[in-house]
Amino acid sequence: MKNAKASQTFGFLTARVAIIIILAILGYFIAYLVWNGAGIISWEFITQPPTQGMTEGGIFPAIVGTLLLIVMALAIALPLGLMSAIYLVEYASKESRLMGWVNSAVYNLNGVPSIVFGLFGLAFFVKFLGFGTCLLSAALTLTIMILPTIIMTSVEALKTVPNSFREGSMAMGATKWQTIWKIVVPASFPGITTGSILAVGRAAGETAPILFTGAVYYMKGLPSSIFEPVMALPYHLFVLATEHSNISAVRPIQFGTALVLITLVLSFALVAALIRNHYRKKRKW
Amino acid sequence: MGKKSFRPSGKLFTAIFASISILIVFFIFIFVIIQGIPIFNRVDVSNVFGLVWRPASDTPSFGILPLIYGSLIITGIALAISIPLGLFGAIYISEISNPRIGAILKPMIEILSSIPSVVYGFFGLLVLVPFIKSTFGLPVGETALTAGIVLAIMVLPTILSIAEDSISSVPREYKEASLALGATRWKTIRSITLPAAATGITVGIILGFGRAVGETIAVMMVSGGSPIITGSIFSPARTMPQTIAAEMGEVAFGSTHYNALFFIGVMLFIITFILSSAASKLLKSSGEKK
Repeated sequence: MKNAKASQTFGFLTARVAIIIILAILGYFIAYLVWNGAGIISWEFITQPPTQGMTEGGIFPAIVGTLLLIVMALAIALPLGLMSAIYLVEYASKESRLMGWVNSAVYNLNGVPSIVFGLFGLAFFVKFLGFGTCLLSAALTLTIMILPTIIMTSVEALKTVPNSFREGSMAMGATKWQTIWKIVVPASFPGITTGSILAVGRAAGETAPILFTGAVYYMKGLPSSIFEPVMALPYHLFVLATEHSNISAVRPIQFGTALVLITLVLSFALVAALIRNHYRKKRKW
Repeated sequence: MGKKSFRPSGKLFTAIFASISILIVFFIFIFVIIQGIPIFNRVDVSNVFGLVWRPASDTPSFGILPLIYGSLIITGIALAISIPLGLFGAIYISEISNPRIGAILKPMIEILSSIPSVVYGFFGLLVLVPFIKSTFGLPVGETALTAGIVLAIMVLPTILSIAEDSISSVPREYKEASLALGATRWKTIRSITLPAAATGITVGIILGFGRAVGETIAVMMVSGGSPIITGSIFSPARTMPQTIAAEMGEVAFGSTHYNALFFIGVMLFIITFILSSAASKLLKSSGEKK
């Protein structure tokens, strides 16, 4: 009995120590970045291009570049992914062998390291199709990276809509297509939206897929067409921290870029969480 | 009536999109495999599975073993740190802490999983690299250990979060029965709750492993990048994804080196495939049991 008590004390202590270590890491990590980065952030920093060989000025083109990349990637991946999910959930027969294949292919692609997409994008979009290192190539690479996530989350969202919704709509004389667009898709809207936002948040922070497909270290202004390269926040931080000729001189800009990037990505996560909670409360089924 | 027959069929319309998506997915797999496999036509199998990775030298060598070694040692260190931390952290949140505190702690820790990897690499470079260098008196701070610690922080939320989900989904009756028989809370956790949650915990570890093995940028910034098998956690190492990222910018389209990088991609596919099949098998078998 004494032994059991002692082992409980020890077990609980270990668990407490573990959680304290985790929270200490989390706290130190966030505090370190905020402490060093907060002083850099200013209106000028987020609205001005870099000057003096990156040692001064802001990161405006990198912010816009990242936004352009994710907007383009989502503009292609969302319709494609949503329509595919609608087919898989509403039309395709559930038992067909093709469905099994598709499921496992999508599921596996979802776990593929992002650098493999970067390699594919470089070989296929940049070289083989001849788009070159540009916004289009990088956005397409991000598109195929987030497509499996969008398909999977949309499939899950469509599946949660109760069949009685579909039956009710059809019983009122609506066609299957009307039922899907007017009833099923709106009812699964929160799931699709949160899934897409999370996918986009991940895409915004990725460096590996855009490394050689479209990101550049410096550009005079914003890209004037999709065939020009872009600056992007994660790549900007990567280059400033590892390849700049005077790494310590650009340290403040690195911290500022890191903080802007984290803020951007976390605000996506926050919006997704808010949407999910909002609709979960409202949901009646 | 004539007009009506031209109305697009929803089934056909969405089927076209679905086919495009499916084609893209399969195309990526096939493209990478087709670009990677020719490495065996150009150099010997013993070269590809050799001990020396020196693709740019005059007598190039494409031995992938040092890269597999690098991936394994760095991932191994990461898991050796993150599994105990994540598991005990999950036990604390679901079984020990006040539920209200747990409900705050978990999403807080999950924040870590949405932070971009380049930021972890940056943090590792500025904080961990000098720390490791001075603590162990090393010539450089960029080592396998450094990369392993950075990765441990990155995969911790995955492991903790999934472990917590499966621990807290163990039915209350199990725990109550054990407690009623006179077992202590800790004995109940160890002998009842954890075994019942073992499948979920394993799935979390598998997913954490997958994330660690595929991580590129953060590792690249802190691992030192030497493709050498040293057997020491204090020397630099180089992982498979890192090699692709470091070399694909300079590689000539269609060269042997190009094929070699794609072959690393094929290896990563195989690893991903094994891990996700294992995870889905486990989930399926536990679903059947319930």
